[in-house]
Amino acid sequence: MAASSKESSSTDERPVVRDAPAAPRVPAGTLYRGREGMWSWVAQRITGALTFFFLFAHVLDTALVRVSPQTYDSVIATYKNPVVNLMEVGLVGAVLYHGLNGLRVTAIDFWSKGPKYQRQMLWAIVAVWLLLMVPAVFFMLQHTVMAIFGSES
Amino acid sequence: MTAVPEGYRLDSPRSGRAGRTASRTNYEMYSWLFMRISGLVLIVLVLGHLFIMNILDGGVQRINFAFVAGRWSSPFWQVWDLLMLWLAELHGTNGLRTIINDYAERDMTRFWLKAALYTSAMLILFTGTLVIFTFDPNLG
Repeated sequence: MAASSKESSSTDERPVVRDAPAAPRVPAGTLYRGREGMWSWVAQRITGALTFFFLFAHVLDTALVRVSPQTYDSVIATYKNPVVNLMEVGLVGAVLYHGLNGLRVTAIDFWSKGPKYQRQMLWAIVAVWLLLMVPAVFFMLQHTVMAIFGSES
Repeated sequence: MTAVPEGYRLDSPRSGRAGRTASRTNYEMYSWLFMRISGLVLIVLVLGHLFIMNILDGGVQRINFAFVAGRWSSPFWQVWDLLMLWLAELHGTNGLRTIINDYAERDMTRFWLKAALYTSAMLILFTGTLVIFTFDPNLG
């Protein structure tokens, strides 16, 4: 009791500084600076982590070639399912972004003008990504679309 | 003070080591460099793999045991896949290590997450390497 009353009295005697800038009461949050630089980094982490988890499953499903041809073929049939086929498009899009943005990050680190042009390089890789994804999506979904809507079975 | 020559004086001679951990090695620098070098190689290996497996000539629809047997009859694709397996797994493990270090604040949480991560990496590297080296096209 004595200690707490002493503490509170010393708090009361603290000098008041009226014009000092207010210290932030709560942390500024988890946002960094926002804009292209931060969001491309966030996307790099998400696409990388997702691809890593897929790699885990993919090495194990490929390992079934050591069990028997029938076991391997039956599990690989999962990849030919229309829904999983769509997820493969997502995987290709994620890996392609991760690789292109990785080139951009490497250029930022090693090219003397990299940091200056980091934003322009992001839009350049987004353009390349779109340019490559259009034919990729076409060829990847061709069979699935034909199987569902077309005459091919 | 005059006994110690200029340039050899310490700012505060009895202070402890600076920094949180005084690492003797450049581990994090090599980790940073590895991500860039392996990343460049993986662009060729992984994008080539995805192009052949998912886009070219009917894509995933044509993949089965016989297709794998045909590819792994060539040392070129065996080396390609082995190199891709090791670089991708190490690149991904190092990436997840960074993510764990960034977001897991408690020491024990970081320890157990990394223990699980390294266990899974060893499992995948061992299994994948074994499969490439012991594949038998006449199985079954």
